[in-house]
Amino acid sequence: MTKQIIVPFGPQHPVLPEPIHLDLVLEDERVVDAIPSIGYIHRGFEKLVEKREFTEYVYIAERTCGICSFIHGATYCQGIEQIMNIEVPERADYLRTIWSEYSRLHSHLLWLGCFADSFGFENLFMAAWRIRERILDVFEQTTGGRVIQGSCKIGGVRRDIANDKLTGMSRDLDSIQKEIEELTTVFLNDDTVRHRTRNIGVLSRDDAYHLGAVGPTARGSGVAIDLRKTGYGAYDRLNVPVITDSCGDCYSRCYVRCKELFTSIDLIQQAITEIPDGPIDVKVTGSPNGEYFMRAEQPRGELVHYLKGNGTKFLVRSRIRTPTLTNIPPLVKMLQGCELADVPVIVLSIDPCISCTER
Amino acid sequence: MKQEQSIIPIDVGQLIGSVEQCRNEGYRLAQIGCTKVGDNSFEVNYSFDKDYVLRNLRITVTAETEVPSITGMYWGAFVYENEMHDLFGIQVKGINIDFKGTFIQTAIKYPFGVTVTKGEKP
Repeated sequence: MTKQIIVPFGPQHPVLPEPIHLDLVLEDERVVDAIPSIGYIHRGFEKLVEKREFTEYVYIAERTCGICSFIHGATYCQGIEQIMNIEVPERADYLRTIWSEYSRLHSHLLWLGCFADSFGFENLFMAAWRIRERILDVFEQTTGGRVIQGSCKIGGVRRDIANDKLTGMSRDLDSIQKEIEELTTVFLNDDTVRHRTRNIGVLSRDDAYHLGAVGPTARGSGVAIDLRKTGYGAYDRLNVPVITDSCGDCYSRCYVRCKELFTSIDLIQQAITEIPDGPIDVKVTGSPNGEYFMRAEQPRGELVHYLKGNGTKFLVRSRIRTPTLTNIPPLVKMLQGCELADVPVIVLSIDPCISCTER
Repeated sequence: MKQEQSIIPIDVGQLIGSVEQCRNEGYRLAQIGCTKVGDNSFEVNYSFDKDYVLRNLRITVTAETEVPSITGMYWGAFVYENEMHDLFGIQVKGINIDFKGTFIQTAIKYPFGVTVTKGEKP
């Protein structure tokens, strides 16, 4: 029997923007098992619900993540609105959807850059992040914040986007789309990328489903789960295609994210075309009394905000289940049998967001 | 638009059978989450999804109750079960990867097992 050794991977590692630790059990250069550990930066956000009024907690929910912060805030707000039976104005629904899709563009472009960096393609990393800057500029122009937007509130949104500005954003998206086409052509056709991602970290469809994979990790294995299909926000009025691929390897997960960039652009364009004029918020009175599991599609997959109120200003519970937490068991499966040199690429392929996980 | 969901209260003794039924019906484990509902009482929600319908099995336990692990049916449940133990102090028996309290390391033991009112420090 080959001697087994354990190599610690992380919590500090050049490809890891945030700390996660894996004990890699190796036989020669082959990984036979991986044992994950998290908890290095657990912040206890959920506990703050006992000390902050439910209207203030939006700001805390948004700070769960610095990449998809808007979607966290919007999901929390929608959960409370469901408990309190608040009907949000249609324009607010559309604005939330537009900002959510910009978040997805921002997140996927950020990931493409990090992914390119994980296999040493530095200028591809820079090309992806250059486009990402243009998305962040739109956030800044429309909300005032590049990272934390603070534009969502219970009952609607805080800021409107003028129709002229929406038209300008639509024009900008046309040119962003051209840049993304050039970028994704490299990711999907370049031999170097293909060599480092094809047949690496394969996750079968059955494993993806039963291990709880979500988002591009699941869709890259052929599991067509996309919570936007439940029709929250304005998604029930838009045509949302679900992008899947069947190989289940790192390339497939990259393929899904590349194609989803175009889906997001298309959804924003649809929303800009259809957005009605009108108010952007409604007055909220009373306090939530009841419970609701609000689910939304984050860039990394299904997000669950479980909210429970007892009729006071303080919620009894806010439980945030982030996509990375549920993508950890599938990651362990992907790593079993891979080469040590492929571990960074496989870890990156689930787009781990440890800040979300350590909420 | 309301997302379809149901909450089914069950006894701890029925947990394994009910989870097995979900697995046989093709449900995916979406999450396991705890809520403190009394001095020493917790609700645990096991959420399963199929075709965007969320079925939540709910058990109510105390910190002393031994909850059986469902990792035999849903291998990936170990992340939630270790979290339940580390944050709430709930005893879960038979987890496939049991971190024995080191999955989420916190300065205060079982921080979510205590309730804090505004102004107090936990």
